[in-house]
Amino acid sequence: MTPADNAPSRRRFLAAGAAAGAGALVGTAAGVGAERAGAIPGAPDRPDDAGVNGQRVVPFYGPHQAAVTARPGAFASFVALDLLRGIGRDRLAAWMRLITDDAARLTQGRAALADVEPELAATPAGLTVTVGFGRGFVERARGERPAWLQPLPPFSIDKLEDRWSGGDVLFIVSSDEPSTVAHALRMLLKDSRAFASVRWRQDGFRRAYGSDPSGRTMRNLFGQVDGSANLRPGTPDFDAAVLAGDDAPAWLRGGTSFVLRRIAMDLDGWDEVDRVGRENAVGRRLDTGAPLTGGRERDPVDLDAKGPGGLPVISSVAHARRARVEDPSLRIVRLAYNYEEPAPAASEALSSTGLLFGAWQADVDRQYVPIQRALDEADLLNVWTTPIGSAVFAIPPGCREGGYLGESSLGV
Amino acid sequence: MLALSRAALVAAIALTLAACSGGSTGDDASSLTLTDTWAKAADEGMTAAFGTVENAADRDITITAARSDAASAVELHEVVDDVMRQVDGGFTVPAGGSLALEPGGLHLMFMGIPQPIAPGDEVTVTLTLSDGSELDFTAVAKDFAGANEDYDGGMNMETGSAAASAEAEA
Repeated sequence: MTPADNAPSRRRFLAAGAAAGAGALVGTAAGVGAERAGAIPGAPDRPDDAGVNGQRVVPFYGPHQAAVTARPGAFASFVALDLLRGIGRDRLAAWMRLITDDAARLTQGRAALADVEPELAATPAGLTVTVGFGRGFVERARGERPAWLQPLPPFSIDKLEDRWSGGDVLFIVSSDEPSTVAHALRMLLKDSRAFASVRWRQDGFRRAYGSDPSGRTMRNLFGQVDGSANLRPGTPDFDAAVLAGDDAPAWLRGGTSFVLRRIAMDLDGWDEVDRVGRENAVGRRLDTGAPLTGGRERDPVDLDAKGPGGLPVISSVAHARRARVEDPSLRIVRLAYNYEEPAPAASEALSSTGLLFGAWQADVDRQYVPIQRALDEADLLNVWTTPIGSAVFAIPPGCREGGYLGESSLGV
Repeated sequence: MLALSRAALVAAIALTLAACSGGSTGDDASSLTLTDTWAKAADEGMTAAFGTVENAADRDITITAARSDAASAVELHEVVDDVMRQVDGGFTVPAGGSLALEPGGLHLMFMGIPQPIAPGDEVTVTLTLSDGSELDFTAVAKDFAGANEDYDGGMNMETGSAAASAEAEA
Protein backbone atom coordinates (compact mmCIF):
# COMPACT_ATOMS: atom_id res chain seq x y z
CA MET A 1 0.00 0.00 0.00
CA THR A 2 1.41 3.40 -0.94
CA PRO A 3 1.36 6.35 1.43
CA ALA A 4 -1.13 8.00 -0.88
CA ASP A 5 -3.48 5.05 -0.39
CA ASN A 6 -2.85 4.95 3.28
CA ALA A 7 -3.78 8.49 4.17
CA PRO A 8 -7.39 8.43 3.01
CA SER A 9 -8.03 5.07 4.61
CA ARG A 10 -6.71 6.32 7.91
CA ARG A 11 -9.00 9.33 7.66
CA ARG A 12 -11.86 6.97 6.85
CA PHE A 13 -10.98 4.90 9.89
CA LEU A 14 -11.04 7.95 12.15
CA ALA A 15 -14.36 9.01 10.68
CA ALA A 16 -15.71 5.55 11.32
CA GLY A 17 -14.59 5.71 14.93
CA ALA A 18 -16.35 9.03 15.35
CA ALA A 19 -19.50 7.67 13.80
CA ALA A 20 -19.39 4.62 16.04
CA GLY A 21 -18.86 6.83 19.08
CA ALA A 22 -21.78 9.01 18.07
CA GLY A 23 -23.89 5.91 17.64
CA ALA A 24 -23.06 4.80 21.13
CA LEU A 25 -23.86 8.23 22.56
CA VAL A 26 -27.29 8.51 21.04
CA GLY A 27 -27.82 4.86 21.77
CA THR A 28 -29.45 4.01 18.48
CA ALA A 29 -26.82 2.26 16.49
CA ALA A 30 -29.35 1.18 13.89
CA GLY A 31 -30.31 4.79 13.27
CA VAL A 32 -26.86 5.72 12.07
CA GLY A 33 -26.32 2.54 10.08
CA ALA A 34 -26.85 4.21 6.72
CA GLU A 35 -24.28 6.90 7.40
CA ARG A 36 -21.77 4.44 8.82
CA ALA A 37 -21.87 1.97 5.99
CA GLY A 38 -19.69 3.94 3.60
CA ALA A 39 -17.34 5.17 6.29
CA ILE A 40 -16.04 1.87 7.66
CA PRO A 41 -12.81 0.53 6.19
CA GLY A 42 -13.49 -2.67 4.34
CA ALA A 43 -17.20 -2.02 4.25
CA PRO A 44 -17.53 -1.59 0.45
CA ASP A 45 -19.07 -4.66 -1.08
CA ARG A 46 -16.07 -6.69 -2.19
CA PRO A 47 -16.54 -10.21 -3.53
CA ASP A 48 -15.24 -12.93 -1.26
CA ASP A 49 -13.43 -15.12 -3.77
CA ALA A 50 -12.18 -17.65 -1.24
CA GLY A 51 -15.11 -18.67 0.96
CA VAL A 52 -12.47 -19.76 3.44
CA ASN A 53 -14.77 -20.15 6.41
CA GLY A 54 -16.94 -22.62 4.53
CA GLN A 55 -14.05 -25.09 4.57
CA ARG A 56 -13.36 -24.68 8.28
CA VAL A 57 -13.35 -28.09 9.97
CA VAL A 58 -13.60 -28.80 13.69
CA PRO A 59 -11.99 -32.18 14.56
CA PHE A 60 -14.63 -34.75 15.48
CA TYR A 61 -12.69 -37.32 17.47
CA GLY A 62 -11.37 -36.39 20.89
CA PRO A 63 -11.83 -36.79 24.63
CA HIS A 64 -14.84 -34.42 24.66
CA GLN A 65 -17.55 -33.84 22.11
CA ALA A 66 -16.23 -31.02 19.99
CA ALA A 67 -18.91 -28.40 20.63
CA VAL A 68 -18.16 -28.32 24.34
CA THR A 69 -14.95 -26.42 23.68
CA ALA A 70 -15.37 -25.16 20.09
CA ARG A 71 -16.34 -21.64 19.12
CA PRO A 72 -20.13 -21.75 18.77
CA GLY A 73 -21.39 -21.67 15.20
CA ALA A 74 -23.56 -18.78 14.07
CA PHE A 75 -26.55 -21.11 13.75
CA ALA A 76 -27.66 -24.03 15.86
CA SER A 77 -30.52 -26.48 15.86
CA PHE A 78 -31.39 -28.21 19.10
CA VAL A 79 -33.52 -31.30 18.57
CA ALA A 80 -34.92 -33.60 21.25
CA LEU A 81 -36.15 -37.08 20.41
CA ASP A 82 -38.23 -39.65 22.26
CA LEU A 83 -37.30 -43.32 21.95
CA LEU A 84 -39.78 -45.55 20.18
CA ARG A 85 -41.25 -48.41 22.14
CA GLY A 86 -39.33 -51.65 21.93
CA ILE A 87 -35.95 -50.07 21.22
CA GLY A 88 -33.61 -51.95 23.55
CA ARG A 89 -30.00 -51.57 24.49
CA ASP A 90 -28.63 -53.32 21.37
CA ARG A 91 -30.64 -51.08 19.09
CA LEU A 92 -29.47 -47.98 20.97
CA ALA A 93 -25.90 -48.98 20.20
CA ALA A 94 -26.77 -49.53 16.52
CA TRP A 95 -28.36 -46.08 16.42
CA MET A 96 -25.41 -44.38 18.05
CA ARG A 97 -23.04 -46.06 15.59
CA LEU A 98 -25.06 -44.67 12.70
CA ILE A 99 -25.19 -41.19 14.23
CA THR A 100 -21.48 -41.22 15.05
CA ASP A 101 -20.60 -42.24 11.49
CA ASP A 102 -22.77 -39.45 10.08
CA ALA A 103 -21.23 -36.91 12.44
CA ALA A 104 -17.66 -38.05 11.82
CA ARG A 105 -18.09 -37.65 8.06
CA LEU A 106 -20.25 -34.54 7.87
CA THR A 107 -18.20 -32.49 10.33
CA GLN A 108 -15.14 -33.14 8.16
CA GLY A 109 -16.91 -31.93 5.02
CA ARG A 110 -17.58 -35.43 3.65
CA ALA A 111 -20.90 -36.85 2.58
CA ALA A 112 -22.58 -39.27 4.96
CA LEU A 113 -23.14 -42.85 3.84
CA ALA A 114 -26.27 -42.95 1.63
CA ASP A 115 -26.21 -39.15 1.45
CA VAL A 116 -28.34 -38.14 -1.51
CA GLU A 117 -27.26 -34.49 -1.32
CA PRO A 118 -23.50 -34.96 -0.95
CA GLU A 119 -22.76 -31.45 -2.29
CA LEU A 120 -24.42 -29.99 0.80
CA ALA A 121 -21.82 -31.72 2.96
CA ALA A 122 -18.92 -29.96 1.27
CA THR A 123 -19.24 -26.71 3.24
CA PRO A 124 -18.91 -27.64 6.91
CA ALA A 125 -18.18 -24.07 8.07
CA GLY A 126 -17.18 -25.35 11.51
CA LEU A 127 -19.99 -27.92 11.74
CA THR A 128 -20.27 -29.71 15.06
CA VAL A 129 -22.71 -32.47 16.02
CA THR A 130 -23.31 -33.10 19.71
CA VAL A 131 -25.32 -35.95 21.21
CA GLY A 132 -26.91 -35.85 24.66
CA PHE A 133 -28.80 -38.43 26.67
CA GLY A 134 -31.93 -37.70 28.68
CA ARG A 135 -33.10 -39.75 31.59
CA GLY A 136 -35.17 -42.01 29.33
CA PHE A 137 -32.14 -42.99 27.27
CA VAL A 138 -29.97 -43.81 30.27
CA GLU A 139 -32.73 -45.94 31.77
CA ARG A 140 -33.28 -47.76 28.46
CA ALA A 141 -29.51 -48.30 28.22
CA ARG A 142 -29.56 -49.61 31.79
CA GLY A 143 -26.75 -47.21 32.64
CA GLU A 144 -26.06 -45.58 35.96
CA ARG A 145 -28.12 -42.37 36.09
CA PRO A 146 -26.45 -39.24 37.46
CA ALA A 147 -28.68 -37.93 40.28
CA TRP A 148 -29.21 -34.65 38.41
CA LEU A 149 -30.46 -36.29 35.20
CA GLN A 150 -34.11 -35.41 35.65
CA PRO A 151 -36.29 -32.34 35.13
CA LEU A 152 -35.10 -29.26 37.03
CA PRO A 153 -37.04 -28.50 40.21
CA PRO A 154 -39.97 -26.16 39.58
CA PHE A 155 -39.29 -22.42 39.81
CA SER A 156 -41.90 -19.75 40.46
CA ILE A 157 -40.98 -17.87 37.29
CA ASP A 158 -41.50 -20.93 35.07
CA LYS A 159 -44.35 -21.26 32.62
CA LEU A 160 -43.06 -24.41 31.02
CA GLU A 161 -44.69 -25.94 27.97
CA ASP A 162 -44.36 -29.63 27.15
CA ARG A 163 -43.61 -28.80 23.51
CA TRP A 164 -40.28 -27.25 24.51
CA SER A 165 -39.39 -29.55 27.39
CA GLY A 166 -37.91 -32.96 28.12
CA GLY A 167 -36.67 -35.58 25.67
CA ASP A 168 -34.75 -38.87 25.69
CA VAL A 169 -31.98 -37.79 23.30
CA LEU A 170 -30.61 -34.42 22.24
CA PHE A 171 -28.85 -33.45 19.02
CA ILE A 172 -27.09 -30.09 18.80
CA VAL A 173 -26.09 -29.26 15.23
CA SER A 174 -24.15 -26.04 14.84
CA SER A 175 -22.34 -24.33 11.96
CA ASP A 176 -21.72 -20.90 10.51
CA GLU A 177 -23.67 -22.05 7.44
CA PRO A 178 -27.42 -22.63 7.89
CA SER A 179 -27.89 -24.92 4.87
CA THR A 180 -25.15 -27.12 6.33
CA VAL A 181 -27.07 -27.31 9.60
CA ALA A 182 -30.23 -28.25 7.71
CA HIS A 183 -28.52 -30.98 5.70
CA ALA A 184 -26.63 -32.49 8.62
CA LEU A 185 -29.75 -32.51 10.76
CA ARG A 186 -31.77 -34.16 8.00
CA MET A 187 -29.15 -36.91 7.68
CA LEU A 188 -29.19 -37.46 11.45
CA LEU A 189 -32.97 -37.57 11.58
CA LYS A 190 -33.24 -39.99 8.64
CA ASP A 191 -30.89 -42.27 10.53
CA SER A 192 -32.96 -41.81 13.70
CA ARG A 193 -36.50 -42.43 12.58
CA ALA A 194 -36.28 -46.19 13.07
CA PHE A 195 -35.36 -45.55 16.71
CA ALA A 196 -36.99 -42.34 17.90
CA SER A 197 -39.40 -39.57 17.01
CA VAL A 198 -38.76 -35.85 17.15
CA ARG A 199 -40.17 -34.33 20.33
CA TRP A 200 -39.18 -30.70 19.73
CA ARG A 201 -36.83 -28.67 17.65
CA GLN A 202 -35.48 -25.24 18.54
CA ASP A 203 -33.44 -23.19 16.10
CA GLY A 204 -31.25 -20.28 17.14
CA PHE A 205 -28.84 -17.76 15.73
CA ARG A 206 -25.99 -15.56 16.81
CA ARG A 207 -24.06 -12.98 14.80
CA ALA A 208 -23.27 -14.30 11.32
CA TYR A 209 -19.66 -15.20 10.68
CA GLY A 210 -17.74 -12.20 9.41
CA SER A 211 -20.06 -9.61 10.96
CA ASP A 212 -17.99 -9.30 14.12
CA PRO A 213 -14.36 -10.01 14.90
CA SER A 214 -14.00 -13.64 16.01
CA GLY A 215 -14.41 -14.09 19.75
CA ARG A 216 -16.62 -11.06 20.36
CA THR A 217 -19.39 -11.81 22.85
CA MET A 218 -22.80 -12.18 21.20
CA ARG A 219 -25.75 -9.89 21.79
CA ASN A 220 -29.21 -11.12 22.66
CA LEU A 221 -32.35 -9.51 21.23
CA PHE A 222 -32.67 -7.19 24.24
CA GLY A 223 -29.49 -5.68 22.77
CA GLN A 224 -27.39 -6.88 25.69
CA VAL A 225 -23.89 -8.25 25.41
CA ASP A 226 -24.60 -11.81 26.53
CA GLY A 227 -22.08 -14.18 28.13
CA SER A 228 -19.21 -11.85 29.11
CA ALA A 229 -18.33 -13.79 32.24
CA ASN A 230 -17.99 -17.17 30.50
CA LEU A 231 -14.96 -19.26 31.41
CA ARG A 232 -12.57 -19.81 28.49
CA PRO A 233 -12.10 -23.33 27.05
CA GLY A 234 -8.62 -24.69 27.61
CA THR A 235 -8.29 -23.21 31.09
CA PRO A 236 -8.22 -25.23 34.33
CA ASP A 237 -11.26 -23.28 35.57
CA PHE A 238 -13.23 -24.29 32.48
CA ASP A 239 -12.31 -27.95 32.86
CA ALA A 240 -13.19 -27.93 36.55
CA ALA A 241 -16.58 -26.34 35.92
CA VAL A 242 -17.57 -28.28 32.83
CA LEU A 243 -16.05 -31.75 32.68
CA ALA A 244 -17.64 -34.57 34.63
CA GLY A 245 -15.12 -35.97 37.09
CA ASP A 246 -14.72 -38.91 39.42
CA ASP A 247 -18.01 -38.25 41.22
CA ALA A 248 -19.92 -38.88 37.99
CA PRO A 249 -20.92 -42.35 36.73
CA ALA A 250 -17.91 -43.91 35.01
CA TRP A 251 -19.51 -43.75 31.55
CA LEU A 252 -19.92 -39.97 31.80
CA ARG A 253 -16.40 -39.01 32.88
CA GLY A 254 -14.87 -36.58 30.44
CA GLY A 255 -18.37 -35.66 29.35
CA THR A 256 -20.56 -32.98 30.84
CA SER A 257 -24.21 -31.98 31.16
CA PHE A 258 -26.35 -29.59 29.18
CA VAL A 259 -29.40 -27.65 30.31
CA LEU A 260 -31.51 -25.95 27.67
CA ARG A 261 -34.02 -23.36 28.79
CA ARG A 262 -36.27 -21.59 26.29
CA ILE A 263 -36.66 -18.10 27.65
CA ALA A 264 -39.37 -15.92 26.13
CA MET A 265 -38.44 -12.24 26.06
CA ASP A 266 -41.15 -9.58 26.26
CA LEU A 267 -39.81 -7.13 23.72
CA ASP A 268 -42.95 -5.00 23.88
CA GLY A 269 -42.55 -4.57 27.63
CA TRP A 270 -38.81 -4.00 27.22
CA ASP A 271 -39.62 -1.18 24.76
CA GLU A 272 -41.05 0.77 27.69
CA VAL A 273 -37.79 0.69 29.61
CA ASP A 274 -35.30 3.52 29.07
CA ARG A 275 -31.60 2.99 28.69
CA VAL A 276 -30.74 3.62 32.33
CA GLY A 277 -33.38 1.15 33.45
CA ARG A 278 -32.14 -1.45 30.99
CA GLU A 279 -28.55 -1.12 32.19
CA ASN A 280 -29.59 -1.27 35.83
CA ALA A 281 -31.59 -4.45 35.25
CA VAL A 282 -28.40 -6.26 34.36
CA GLY A 283 -25.68 -4.13 35.98
CA ARG A 284 -23.76 -3.76 32.73
CA ARG A 285 -23.43 -1.10 30.07
CA LEU A 286 -25.38 -1.79 26.91
CA ASP A 287 -22.76 -0.46 24.53
CA THR A 288 -19.69 -2.36 25.71
CA GLY A 289 -21.09 -4.91 28.14
CA ALA A 290 -18.70 -3.56 30.80
CA PRO A 291 -19.83 -3.58 34.42
CA LEU A 292 -21.57 -0.38 35.55
CA THR A 293 -18.77 -0.18 38.10
CA GLY A 294 -16.30 0.46 35.29
CA GLY A 295 -13.54 -1.33 33.50
CA ARG A 296 -13.85 -3.47 30.42
CA GLU A 297 -16.32 -6.12 29.36
CA ARG A 298 -14.53 -9.06 30.93
CA ASP A 299 -13.52 -7.28 34.16
CA PRO A 300 -15.29 -8.50 37.30
CA VAL A 301 -18.39 -6.68 38.46
CA ASP A 302 -17.62 -4.74 41.71
CA LEU A 303 -20.62 -5.66 43.83
CA ASP A 304 -19.40 -3.50 46.75
CA ALA A 305 -19.10 -0.23 44.81
CA LYS A 306 -21.34 2.55 46.13
CA GLY A 307 -22.74 5.46 44.16
CA PRO A 308 -22.84 9.15 45.22
CA GLY A 309 -25.94 8.59 47.37
CA GLY A 310 -24.41 5.64 49.18
CA LEU A 311 -26.50 3.13 47.27
CA PRO A 312 -24.81 0.18 45.55
CA VAL A 313 -23.94 0.88 41.92
CA ILE A 314 -25.08 -2.65 41.04
CA SER A 315 -28.67 -2.98 42.24
CA SER A 316 -29.39 -5.64 44.86
CA VAL A 317 -31.65 -7.30 42.31
CA ALA A 318 -29.56 -6.74 39.17
CA HIS A 319 -29.02 -9.85 37.06
CA ALA A 320 -25.22 -9.62 37.25
CA ARG A 321 -25.36 -9.62 41.08
CA ARG A 322 -27.93 -12.38 41.40
CA ALA A 323 -26.18 -14.64 38.88
CA ARG A 324 -22.72 -14.09 40.35
CA VAL A 325 -20.83 -17.18 41.51
CA GLU A 326 -17.49 -16.60 43.23
CA ASP A 327 -16.08 -20.12 43.02
CA PRO A 328 -15.13 -20.75 39.36
CA SER A 329 -15.70 -24.48 39.77
CA LEU A 330 -19.36 -23.77 40.61
CA ARG A 331 -19.99 -21.62 37.55
CA ILE A 332 -21.82 -22.68 34.42
CA VAL A 333 -20.67 -22.03 30.85
CA ARG A 334 -23.40 -20.48 28.76
CA LEU A 335 -24.16 -21.38 25.17
CA ALA A 336 -26.90 -18.96 24.17
CA TYR A 337 -28.70 -18.51 20.85
CA ASN A 338 -31.38 -16.02 19.89
CA TYR A 339 -34.65 -17.17 18.48
CA GLU A 340 -37.36 -15.24 16.73
CA GLU A 341 -40.52 -16.65 15.25
CA PRO A 342 -43.91 -15.32 14.21
CA ALA A 343 -46.22 -14.43 17.08
CA PRO A 344 -49.14 -16.79 17.72
CA ALA A 345 -52.12 -16.00 15.49
CA ALA A 346 -54.26 -14.53 18.23
CA SER A 347 -51.48 -12.50 19.84
CA GLU A 348 -50.95 -8.77 19.55
CA ALA A 349 -47.21 -9.25 20.04
CA LEU A 350 -45.07 -8.51 16.98
CA SER A 351 -43.08 -11.71 17.37
CA SER A 352 -42.24 -14.65 19.60
CA THR A 353 -38.73 -13.75 20.58
CA GLY A 354 -36.35 -15.06 23.14
CA LEU A 355 -33.18 -16.81 24.07
CA LEU A 356 -32.23 -20.47 23.87
CA PHE A 357 -30.27 -20.45 27.08
CA GLY A 358 -27.93 -23.41 27.09
CA ALA A 359 -25.49 -24.19 29.88
CA TRP A 360 -22.65 -26.70 30.19
CA GLN A 361 -21.71 -27.80 33.69
CA ALA A 362 -20.21 -30.86 35.34
CA ASP A 363 -23.12 -31.25 37.77
CA VAL A 364 -26.55 -29.70 37.26
CA ASP A 365 -27.60 -29.90 40.91
CA ARG A 366 -24.36 -28.45 42.21
CA GLN A 367 -23.95 -25.67 39.66
CA TYR A 368 -27.04 -24.85 37.62
CA VAL A 369 -29.82 -25.25 40.16
CA PRO A 370 -28.37 -22.88 42.82
CA ILE A 371 -27.94 -20.13 40.22
CA GLN A 372 -31.45 -20.65 38.87
CA ARG A 373 -32.78 -20.59 42.44
CA ALA A 374 -31.08 -17.26 43.14
CA LEU A 375 -32.50 -15.79 39.95
CA ASP A 376 -35.92 -17.20 40.77
CA GLU A 377 -35.89 -15.42 44.12
CA ALA A 378 -34.93 -12.05 42.67
CA ASP A 379 -33.71 -10.82 39.30
CA LEU A 380 -34.91 -7.63 37.64
CA LEU A 381 -34.76 -9.37 34.27
CA ASN A 382 -37.58 -11.68 35.41
CA VAL A 383 -39.96 -8.80 34.68
CA TRP A 384 -39.36 -9.26 30.96
CA THR A 385 -38.27 -12.89 30.69
CA THR A 386 -40.22 -16.14 31.14
CA PRO A 387 -38.81 -19.67 30.95
CA ILE A 388 -41.21 -21.62 28.72
CA GLY A 389 -39.09 -24.72 28.02
CA SER A 390 -36.65 -26.78 30.04
CA ALA A 391 -34.62 -29.92 29.37
CA VAL A 392 -31.63 -31.63 30.98
CA PHE A 393 -29.20 -33.97 29.22
CA ALA A 394 -26.03 -35.87 30.02
CA ILE A 395 -23.39 -35.23 27.34
CA PRO A 396 -21.26 -38.37 27.00
CA PRO A 397 -17.55 -37.94 26.32
CA GLY A 398 -16.18 -37.85 22.79
CA CYS A 399 -14.98 -40.95 20.98
CA ARG A 400 -11.96 -42.30 19.18
CA GLU A 401 -11.89 -43.37 15.56
CA GLY A 402 -13.57 -46.76 15.37
CA GLY A 403 -15.63 -46.04 18.50
CA TYR A 404 -19.01 -44.36 18.83
CA LEU A 405 -20.70 -41.75 20.98
CA GLY A 406 -22.25 -43.35 24.04
CA GLU A 407 -20.04 -46.44 23.80
CA SER A 408 -19.02 -45.97 27.42
CA SER A 409 -22.64 -46.50 28.47
CA LEU A 410 -23.69 -48.99 25.79
CA GLY A 411 -20.57 -51.01 25.06
CA VAL A 412 -20.25 -54.52 26.56
CA MET B 1 27.93 -44.23 -11.54
CA LEU B 2 25.54 -44.80 -14.39
CA ALA B 3 25.43 -48.53 -13.73
CA LEU B 4 24.84 -47.97 -10.04
CA SER B 5 21.95 -45.62 -10.56
CA ARG B 6 20.39 -47.93 -13.11
CA ALA B 7 20.57 -50.76 -10.58
CA ALA B 8 19.02 -48.52 -7.97
CA LEU B 9 16.25 -47.58 -10.38
CA VAL B 10 15.46 -51.21 -11.15
CA ALA B 11 15.36 -51.96 -7.45
CA ALA B 12 13.07 -49.04 -6.84
CA ILE B 13 10.69 -50.11 -9.57
CA ALA B 14 10.61 -53.63 -8.21
CA LEU B 15 9.81 -52.32 -4.74
CA THR B 16 7.12 -50.02 -6.07
CA LEU B 17 5.46 -52.81 -7.98
CA ALA B 18 5.52 -55.02 -4.93
CA ALA B 19 3.98 -52.29 -2.82
CA CYS B 20 1.31 -51.43 -5.37
CA SER B 21 0.12 -54.92 -6.05
CA GLY B 22 0.38 -56.20 -2.54
CA GLY B 23 2.89 -58.59 -4.06
CA SER B 24 2.34 -59.79 -7.61
CA THR B 25 1.88 -63.22 -6.14
CA GLY B 26 -1.00 -62.07 -3.90
CA ASP B 27 -4.46 -63.33 -4.76
CA ASP B 28 -7.27 -61.08 -5.94
CA ALA B 29 -8.83 -60.85 -2.47
CA SER B 30 -5.69 -59.35 -0.99
CA SER B 31 -5.68 -56.63 -3.67
CA LEU B 32 -9.22 -55.35 -3.25
CA THR B 33 -10.40 -52.96 -0.53
CA LEU B 34 -14.00 -52.01 0.13
CA THR B 35 -14.91 -48.68 1.74
CA ASP B 36 -18.09 -46.76 2.51
CA THR B 37 -20.11 -49.96 2.39
CA TRP B 38 -23.80 -49.83 3.25
CA ALA B 39 -27.04 -51.62 2.48
CA LYS B 40 -30.58 -50.43 2.19
CA ALA B 41 -32.62 -51.48 5.23
CA ALA B 42 -35.69 -53.50 4.28
CA ASP B 43 -38.44 -55.43 6.02
CA GLU B 44 -38.87 -58.03 3.31
CA GLY B 45 -38.38 -58.76 -0.38
CA MET B 46 -35.29 -57.46 -2.12
CA THR B 47 -32.68 -54.94 -1.17
CA ALA B 48 -29.16 -53.97 -2.20
CA ALA B 49 -25.66 -53.20 -0.94
CA PHE B 50 -23.31 -50.47 -2.11
CA GLY B 51 -19.80 -49.15 -1.59
CA THR B 52 -16.51 -48.39 -3.30
CA VAL B 53 -14.13 -51.16 -4.41
CA GLU B 54 -10.47 -50.24 -4.88
CA ASN B 55 -8.00 -52.41 -6.72
CA ALA B 56 -4.36 -52.05 -5.66
CA ALA B 57 -3.13 -54.64 -8.14
CA ASP B 58 -1.61 -53.95 -11.54
CA ARG B 59 -4.21 -56.14 -13.23
CA ASP B 60 -7.95 -55.94 -13.60
CA ILE B 61 -9.88 -57.99 -11.08
CA THR B 62 -13.40 -59.21 -11.65
CA ILE B 63 -16.03 -59.84 -9.01
CA THR B 64 -17.77 -62.89 -10.38
CA ALA B 65 -20.30 -63.68 -7.68
CA ALA B 66 -21.52 -62.66 -4.23
CA ARG B 67 -23.44 -64.23 -1.38
CA SER B 68 -24.67 -63.29 2.08
CA ASP B 69 -26.36 -64.99 5.00
CA ALA B 70 -28.80 -62.08 4.94
CA ALA B 71 -30.11 -62.97 1.47
CA SER B 72 -31.29 -66.13 -0.28
CA ALA B 73 -29.13 -65.01 -3.22
CA VAL B 74 -27.01 -62.02 -4.13
CA GLU B 75 -26.79 -60.96 -7.79
CA LEU B 76 -24.48 -58.51 -9.51
CA HIS B 77 -26.72 -55.88 -11.03
CA GLU B 78 -26.56 -52.85 -13.22
CA VAL B 79 -29.23 -50.25 -13.92
CA VAL B 80 -29.94 -49.34 -17.54
CA ASP B 81 -32.75 -46.92 -18.41
CA ASP B 82 -34.11 -47.14 -14.86
CA VAL B 83 -34.36 -50.90 -15.14
CA MET B 84 -31.93 -53.12 -13.31
CA ARG B 85 -30.67 -56.40 -14.56
CA GLN B 86 -27.99 -58.93 -13.91
CA VAL B 87 -24.58 -58.04 -15.31
CA ASP B 88 -22.94 -60.42 -17.75
CA GLY B 89 -19.38 -61.26 -16.80
CA GLY B 90 -19.35 -59.75 -13.33
CA PHE B 91 -17.98 -56.41 -12.06
CA THR B 92 -14.50 -55.58 -13.30
CA VAL B 93 -12.39 -53.38 -11.04
CA PRO B 94 -9.68 -51.77 -13.18
CA ALA B 95 -6.01 -52.19 -12.29
CA GLY B 96 -5.00 -49.49 -9.80
CA GLY B 97 -8.50 -48.03 -10.02
CA SER B 98 -11.83 -48.21 -8.28
CA LEU B 99 -15.41 -49.14 -8.96
CA ALA B 100 -18.44 -47.45 -7.40
CA LEU B 101 -21.40 -49.56 -6.40
CA GLU B 102 -24.23 -47.07 -5.96
CA PRO B 103 -27.99 -46.61 -6.24
CA GLY B 104 -28.87 -46.16 -9.88
CA GLY B 105 -25.68 -47.92 -10.99
CA LEU B 106 -23.83 -51.13 -10.32
CA HIS B 107 -24.93 -52.77 -7.07
CA LEU B 108 -25.13 -56.04 -5.16
CA MET B 109 -28.75 -57.14 -5.26
CA PHE B 110 -30.12 -59.12 -2.34
CA MET B 111 -32.74 -61.23 -4.08
CA GLY B 112 -34.69 -62.26 -1.03
CA ILE B 113 -34.15 -61.56 2.61
CA PRO B 114 -35.21 -64.25 5.09
CA GLN B 115 -35.29 -61.70 7.94
CA PRO B 116 -35.78 -57.94 8.08
CA ILE B 117 -32.61 -55.87 7.81
CA ALA B 118 -33.09 -52.99 10.24
CA PRO B 119 -31.25 -49.65 10.13
CA GLY B 120 -27.96 -50.04 11.95
CA ASP B 121 -27.75 -53.79 11.36
CA GLU B 122 -24.53 -55.03 9.84
CA VAL B 123 -24.71 -57.59 7.03
CA THR B 124 -21.74 -59.59 5.86
CA VAL B 125 -21.25 -60.17 2.13
CA THR B 126 -18.76 -62.55 0.54
CA LEU B 127 -17.42 -61.70 -2.91
CA THR B 128 -15.98 -64.34 -5.22
CA LEU B 129 -13.19 -62.99 -7.42
CA SER B 130 -11.79 -63.97 -10.82
CA ASP B 131 -9.03 -66.18 -9.38
CA GLY B 132 -11.47 -67.97 -7.12
CA SER B 133 -10.37 -66.21 -3.96
CA GLU B 134 -13.04 -64.75 -1.67
CA LEU B 135 -13.37 -61.45 0.16
CA ASP B 136 -15.72 -60.68 3.07
CA PHE B 137 -16.97 -57.24 3.95
CA THR B 138 -19.66 -55.85 6.21
CA ALA B 139 -22.21 -53.22 5.20
CA VAL B 140 -24.21 -51.16 7.66
CA ALA B 141 -27.92 -50.92 6.91
CA LYS B 142 -29.26 -47.42 6.32
CA ASP B 143 -32.79 -46.04 6.19
CA PHE B 144 -32.87 -45.17 2.48
CA ALA B 145 -35.82 -44.21 0.30
CA GLY B 146 -34.15 -44.53 -3.10
CA ALA B 147 -32.86 -47.50 -5.11
CA ASN B 148 -36.36 -48.38 -6.31
CA GLU B 149 -35.59 -49.24 -9.91
CA ASP B 150 -37.73 -51.85 -11.57
CA TYR B 151 -36.20 -55.25 -11.83
CA ASP B 152 -36.08 -56.81 -15.26
CA GLY B 153 -35.93 -60.31 -13.89
CA GLY B 154 -39.08 -61.40 -15.60
CA MET B 155 -41.30 -60.78 -12.57
CA ASN B 156 -41.01 -57.03 -12.07
CA MET B 157 -40.32 -57.48 -8.38
CA GLU B 158 -39.85 -54.52 -6.11
CA THR B 159 -37.44 -53.72 -3.33
CA GLY B 160 -38.02 -53.89 0.37
CA SER B 161 -40.22 -51.56 2.34
CA ALA B 162 -40.44 -48.96 -0.41
CA ALA B 163 -42.47 -51.18 -2.71
CA ALA B 164 -45.31 -48.69 -3.01
CA SER B 165 -43.10 -45.96 -4.41
CA ALA B 166 -41.24 -48.21 -6.79
CA GLU B 167 -43.81 -48.21 -9.54
CA ALA B 168 -44.43 -44.49 -9.22
CA GLU B 169 -40.77 -43.68 -9.72
CA ALA B 170 -40.10 -46.14 -12.49
